[in-house]
Amino acid sequence: MSTNVASAFDVQRIRRDFPILTQRIHGKPLVYLDNAATTQKPQAVIDAMVRSYAEDNANIHRGVHLLSERATQAYEEARVKIQKFLNAPNAREIIFVRGTTEGINLVAQTYGRVNVGRGDQVLITHMEHHSNIVPWQMICEEKGAELKVLPITDEGELRMDLLDGLLTDRTKIVAVAHVSNSLGTINPIKVIVEKAHQRGIPVLVDGAQAVAHMPVDVQALGCDFYAMSGHKLFGPTGIGVLYGRLTLLEAMPPYQGGGDMISAVTFKKTTYNAVPNKFEAGTPNIAGSVGLGAAIDYLKALDFTAVSAHERELLAYGTRVLGAVPGVRIVGTASHKASVLSFVMDDVHPHDIGTILDQEGVAIRTGHHCTQPLMERLCVPATARASLALYNTKEEIDALVGALAKVREIFA
Amino acid sequence: MDLRELYQEVILDHNKRPRNFRVPDPVNRRAEGYNPLCGDKITVFLYVEGDVIKDLGFQGTGCAISKASASMMTDVLKGKTLEDANRFFDQFHDMVTAPATAEVKSDHLGKLAVLSGVREYPMRVKCASLAWHTMKAAMQAENNVVSTE
Repeated sequence: MSTNVASAFDVQRIRRDFPILTQRIHGKPLVYLDNAATTQKPQAVIDAMVRSYAEDNANIHRGVHLLSERATQAYEEARVKIQKFLNAPNAREIIFVRGTTEGINLVAQTYGRVNVGRGDQVLITHMEHHSNIVPWQMICEEKGAELKVLPITDEGELRMDLLDGLLTDRTKIVAVAHVSNSLGTINPIKVIVEKAHQRGIPVLVDGAQAVAHMPVDVQALGCDFYAMSGHKLFGPTGIGVLYGRLTLLEAMPPYQGGGDMISAVTFKKTTYNAVPNKFEAGTPNIAGSVGLGAAIDYLKALDFTAVSAHERELLAYGTRVLGAVPGVRIVGTASHKASVLSFVMDDVHPHDIGTILDQEGVAIRTGHHCTQPLMERLCVPATARASLALYNTKEEIDALVGALAKVREIFA
Repeated sequence: MDLRELYQEVILDHNKRPRNFRVPDPVNRRAEGYNPLCGDKITVFLYVEGDVIKDLGFQGTGCAISKASASMMTDVLKGKTLEDANRFFDQFHDMVTAPATAEVKSDHLGKLAVLSGVREYPMRVKCASLAWHTMKAAMQAENNVVSTE
């Protein structure tokens, strides 16, 4: 059945929507396999942003003139698109931020600052990106709280058997990645949320690596916060979203002070604006929000079931052919995985692999992927990572494998 | 540029069999170098007597370029004065950071000149220079004090 779905998915037609993909790199066709770092943008997103600047540019929420009205409308429409995309109950629960990192910092600096105290604990996991470690470390250090870490297996799966023991009366929040950026592991968020909620502990999900690969429903997940980046969802950089449960958002203090987050200011006292404006100080990334809205429209026009099937097939194919390359070991072999292929190759350092692949037109990421504790846990200084998106093809995976032969040739 | 110009045999050889990949005994100066971009780590150890580097070595993990650069550096600097080492540092630094189009006089650098290819790969310049920056920090370090770049 999956073959039928996959064949209904016309990847060549999709590729034509992404102008950058026709490029040649060092004389070779571009094979872009660095989608976990950032995804490419379809023409529809680029056009929407150009239109925003060319036709609707004005500041939002304050002008009485028509352009400002149009800009405000576009910005708020984007908010509603994201609300529906994440199936959030209320558009007010969608806060525009710069990206996942800012979303997590917002929660750490507001919810965390109020609720985490001396002797308390924040629970994260061993596979988190630095952006879901450091903000918590900062607040723990400031408050005299303790950062606890849920261990993982050698395959790169969470040690769910240890979760109960780590959820204590002192745990104030759990912060966990939906999908690991380094390994592709899809974590059992629903189970984690259920267990945390049994103890009244809220859960923040780092959704940066999930949204481009699977439908996300924050109500079905049950999480209290969900942070994501536009640029990993075929949208622009500099725009992201934090979903937060309305009751929690309303109780939280503001993040930054400035315009748009106030309802009245005197030198004696400021009354803060309502959610979400309370968390959106300053002129936001208006064109970015429009671009993100356009990216969601683009995805909605596709059959996400077919997209997922296509990616699953690519991942299975990639796992097979990459695993068959002599000397290659795939790092991260969870049973439930998104389309990330992290690997090491004999004693060739990933940086050297990356440079040689680039000469063949193949773009991958090499290094620690901002997950140094994870690399240490898996006893590798770094990995080479090919991360796939809906526009990738089997031929491109073949190109990756072909380029690895060059690596072998040079490092014979 | 051909990849073979970056990954020359000499470099591949030093990567495979790094020279002075050890902690010298005795040692009286050391420094740790760290490339936060890629996670490469290196420690350079020196035994300095008077103003002469009597012995030196390195430990750590890194790519072929960084390992070969460290290995060749230790080969070249053994027995040199601190002043000589500083001059080598400057010349090496100039060589790897010069614009790719500029002609570089690297004759005085001897075999270190094989690393001039990194100029064509801006992302890799740091790989080649990490060991040198760490060595410079070690020269300036107090006895046995670890300083991180």
